[in-house]
Amino acid sequence: MSANREKLLRVEDLVLHFRTTVGTVQAVDGINFDLDYNRAVVILGESGCGKSSLAKAILRLLPRNVGAYSGKVYLGGSDVMALSDEEFRQNVRWVGISMVPQAAMNSLNPVIRVGDQVAEPAMIHMGVKKEEAMKLARQMFEHVGVPEDFLVRYPFELSGGMRQRAAIAMALVTAPNLIILDEPTSALDLLTQANIFNVLKRIKKELGTSFILITHDIATSSELADEVAVMYAGQIVETGEAKDFFPAPLHPYAQMLMASVPRLRADQDPEFITGQPPSLINLPPSCRFAPRCPKRRDRCEQDPPIIEKDGRKVKCWLYA
Amino acid sequence: MTDPKKSQQDLVVVKNLVKYFPVRAGLLQRVVAWVQAVDNVSFTIRQGETLGLVGESGCGKTTIGRTILRLIEPTSGQIIFNGVDVATLRGKELKAMRRDMQIIFQDPYASLDPRVPIGESVMEGLNVHGVGTRQERFEIMMDTLKKVGLEDYHARRYPHEFSGGQRQRIGIARALALRPKFIVCDEPVSALDVSIQSQVLNILKDLQQEFGLTYLFIAHNMSVVEHISDRVAVMYLGKIVELASREDLYRDPLHPYTRALMSAIPIPDPTVKRERIILKGDVPSPLNPPKGCRFHPRCPVAVDRCSQEEPPLKEVHPDHLAACWLLK
Repeated sequence: MSANREKLLRVEDLVLHFRTTVGTVQAVDGINFDLDYNRAVVILGESGCGKSSLAKAILRLLPRNVGAYSGKVYLGGSDVMALSDEEFRQNVRWVGISMVPQAAMNSLNPVIRVGDQVAEPAMIHMGVKKEEAMKLARQMFEHVGVPEDFLVRYPFELSGGMRQRAAIAMALVTAPNLIILDEPTSALDLLTQANIFNVLKRIKKELGTSFILITHDIATSSELADEVAVMYAGQIVETGEAKDFFPAPLHPYAQMLMASVPRLRADQDPEFITGQPPSLINLPPSCRFAPRCPKRRDRCEQDPPIIEKDGRKVKCWLYA
Repeated sequence: MTDPKKSQQDLVVVKNLVKYFPVRAGLLQRVVAWVQAVDNVSFTIRQGETLGLVGESGCGKTTIGRTILRLIEPTSGQIIFNGVDVATLRGKELKAMRRDMQIIFQDPYASLDPRVPIGESVMEGLNVHGVGTRQERFEIMMDTLKKVGLEDYHARRYPHEFSGGQRQRIGIARALALRPKFIVCDEPVSALDVSIQSQVLNILKDLQQEFGLTYLFIAHNMSVVEHISDRVAVMYLGKIVELASREDLYRDPLHPYTRALMSAIPIPDPTVKRERIILKGDVPSPLNPPKGCRFHPRCPVAVDRCSQEEPPLKEVHPDHLAACWLLK
């Protein structure tokens, strides 16, 4: 096994189901994808398609009502699913993969100085002294464009954009190879969003970090993405290079999703997808998008295989 | 501000509207400061048009919408709706006027009573205003639900049984039930998935055609505003900085802030390369807005005068107003 040929992350048949009183929620249902060093993949999908659950499954941040949880996650070639919870906490979380959770800017502790919070993961996960950790925090503030004197301020003294930057600095401080960002800009204003994405682009260039970007904001995500994975009802239905995907998506769902994005000075009004995504309980054996798909045929009664086409993968009978 | 060239009538005229919110502190809850949410804003909304109102969070756009409906009392200034000064109305007259103006809220999850079937929610306004008999009200409700693309059987269901897009359509039905002349749409699609946003926008457009509605459409998404508006006003820190027809504003934005906003709009195509105007810092607090032009600390082209004097909103081209000293 040549370690240097291994990709940064490889996810195989990842499954995460939740038990509820009304049935099993198949939030993550057989996900396969990989990601190389210094690359960014954006996971696109509507609310409730399981994209945040995918992040939780990769980082093993599980609630109590987990039903099935299986599959393989290789980080730098080693299978992290085989690790015990304590090994996972010590060797993977923060040091291998860190996460900027949804609404991270509101998840800072209001009574602790921002600098101390950003330094904390370094002290806990890298075992460095407070002084050293604060030095790292200062460096990270520089990377994300927060003035140094903000280290001693409290979260309420920072604007939303600045707090979001601090949350990103926190994810960076342990120097992980991979950062998972869950809706990093959805609560922010347009101009602040643009600034945050510039920060992420700079980090990727300067530090070589890889990103998994989970979002429903298609237009903004195209700023950072090298690759795209489209999720629908717990499954990935299309993956490919961003430069191929954005101009011409293959899967009917991805095509309709792209057509619904309002564009500036467009000739046509944006379209919409009729119906709504299926409940993740009791999913049909057919293609999960079939009930809403304008290109549906008889064959769609069966679950479509993943088909490779010009280096892209699409889960649709149209390309069989 | 009425333009003699336009034959269209103004339905809403806002003159020198000011709204300051007091900040209280201490044991006696004394007023220690004022949040200058809306500061001397004037504009008109013409009969049958959609006026888009865009700006970042905290710029005062929601305050304007709510003040027009008199859900918030203005500090000073006039709001004239259909020829009547809204601020002078009391009691029955105010109630009668409110039939003509309605609002659609941003969050369809929070704005419906979870314990009331949605048919009852839609009928509530009709009951309050005592429209017709119970049977007639029921028929109006059913008819309104159809107008927004819902079915008869939906009327008995509860809000949790609906998706976000359907809930927002229920919100539209509530606003529409009284057959108003004017609706304030406060960020009606920003909480929805992009895949259903345009469905809701289309319904709003169709209803406008059918009922001759006038909209004030408040949003922060420039592309969404472009799709629905006839004219667009851009706000920054309690002031309107630019006001023009949709075509003019998007083709030729004049104010440096509008230009920065336009350049920040993401294009979902990584092959498109373009120049972005990156602004310094964040929006200042409306507690203590900058002197002179409120945008000058972040403006890439500010000159000395901008920090001293406040630029008026003036007509730069016909029907294209902007507030900037650099524009002649």
